[in-house]
Amino acid sequence: MQASRSYYAGIDAGSTYTKGALVDDRGNIVGTAVDMTGVNIVTASKKIYGLLLDKTGMNESDVAYVVGTGYGRYRITFGNTQVTEISCHAKGAHLLYPNTHTVLDMGGQDTKAIRVNAHGEVMDFSMNDKCAAGTGRFIEGSARVLGLKLQEVGELSLRSTNPVKISSTCAVFAETETQEQLAWGHSLEDVLYGIHASMATRAIGLLRRVGIEPEITFTGGVSMNPGMIRALEEQLGQRLNHDGKTMYCGAIGAAIFALERASSATHEGGSAA
Amino acid sequence: MITVGMDVGTRTTRAVVLEEGQRLRAKIRLPTGYNFAQSIQGAYDAVLAAAQVTPAEVDYLAATGFGRYRVEKRDLSITDITAAARGARFFFPRTRSVLDVGAGNARASKINEKGKVLKFRSTEKCAAGGGGFLERIAFYSQIGLDRLGATALGAHNPVAISTVCSVLAESEVINLITQEVPLEDILMGAHQSVVGRVLLTLKQVGIEQEVTLTGGLVENPAFVQAFEQKMGGKLNSSGDLYYAAAVGAAYLGHQRLLKKRGEAA
Repeated sequence: MQASRSYYAGIDAGSTYTKGALVDDRGNIVGTAVDMTGVNIVTASKKIYGLLLDKTGMNESDVAYVVGTGYGRYRITFGNTQVTEISCHAKGAHLLYPNTHTVLDMGGQDTKAIRVNAHGEVMDFSMNDKCAAGTGRFIEGSARVLGLKLQEVGELSLRSTNPVKISSTCAVFAETETQEQLAWGHSLEDVLYGIHASMATRAIGLLRRVGIEPEITFTGGVSMNPGMIRALEEQLGQRLNHDGKTMYCGAIGAAIFALERASSATHEGGSAA
Repeated sequence: MITVGMDVGTRTTRAVVLEEGQRLRAKIRLPTGYNFAQSIQGAYDAVLAAAQVTPAEVDYLAATGFGRYRVEKRDLSITDITAAARGARFFFPRTRSVLDVGAGNARASKINEKGKVLKFRSTEKCAAGGGGFLERIAFYSQIGLDRLGATALGAHNPVAISTVCSVLAESEVINLITQEVPLEDILMGAHQSVVGRVLLTLKQVGIEQEVTLTGGLVENPAFVQAFEQKMGGKLNSSGDLYYAAAVGAAYLGHQRLLKKRGEAA
């Protein structure tokens, strides 16, 4: 029965969060799910897939094809195939914002700048390879030493009136510097905004390497952080596309790839299941 | 003459009391923490109490370490490099190369027979060359920092940690753990990675015997063993070298005071 298998899933196993997205046969987003990855990627990806099916009221038999992405994509045991997160973020951003030409994906331990064409295909990309400077870990570490929740720091930083300059590049040193700046009497909000501004500067450096062409779509977990959005928009002097769905961009892109792969497999006469 | 030396490090604050620039009367350590003023005052009070000295009897206070400028009562501030070099020589007079490894970074220096620093290098931009890397590994592998070195010594086939970044190394450590690589082998591999980077810094200033290790890593037997193996020689790492920079600062304070009093007389 073809009719029962008309949904396509994408699972994005990230370093911090695992995300899932389900699309229908016309590429409409039917549902999304997210949870912490934790230490076991296999368990986390299975859990997210289950959660995604529960939330959308589907069964595994309704899903024709599953694509895995993210740094843990090769551990997703139930997927049909894997696609790199760079291609998936480009594809997902293009779906959400069709005029996207530049994608900035900020995750837990990678930051990527991607230039995409009018079809959402990757033309060029650049990423942090050797170290965690300028990634979500930078904020996470500072949040931890301050005893704050990750979700709080962006919001708090928006209340900054006199941002502090954070000079450390290393995410570990930034934790020490955070404490030091507070000890010098700077306000929590000003130090936090300084952290966001420092990260924004590094991210923009990556964007420049691929070329900044509007529209810019901001994806990944950090795209939910209002402090980061403000810092990036201030330094770039332009608006970024972002919304509640952009953190699922990798999973959404993977789901669209699932739809495309399944269709081409069907056209070639193969079985999608 | 009583001089106090304080070393305000990124993790730990040390304070020592030195009598006549020779006798170590007391030593104390406290976590630096968030509130510098509090930990500095706490360490100062504690070391004086341990040495049975009243504040009025202190002739000179010399401070070193990254937080030295926060020691408000200081008479003198000394760089980490100079203080560690003097401290190393205090305990091992034949020291020519000094390796000072703290939580934040590693500093290597070459000194002459009088203890003067001729050349130095440090790992500055990133935490990979400091004890902080091992601190993170201890955290990722859920083993206490105090048991880290001793556990690593049980390794049979150390596995190199190829990730340089202390933060990104987390995934590699977790992957190795899930692959059921023995914890001892992962931990020793992590020590070897840090040793490799630190040794490079030491080689940049030139290795000359005797080589003395100072700072927090003195208390990590796996680091010392891995270092001696990789360098192919002995490392002075015993006893109170944990307090070397504070002792060096107190010693230099004493010298300064002697000179000042000599000039006044």
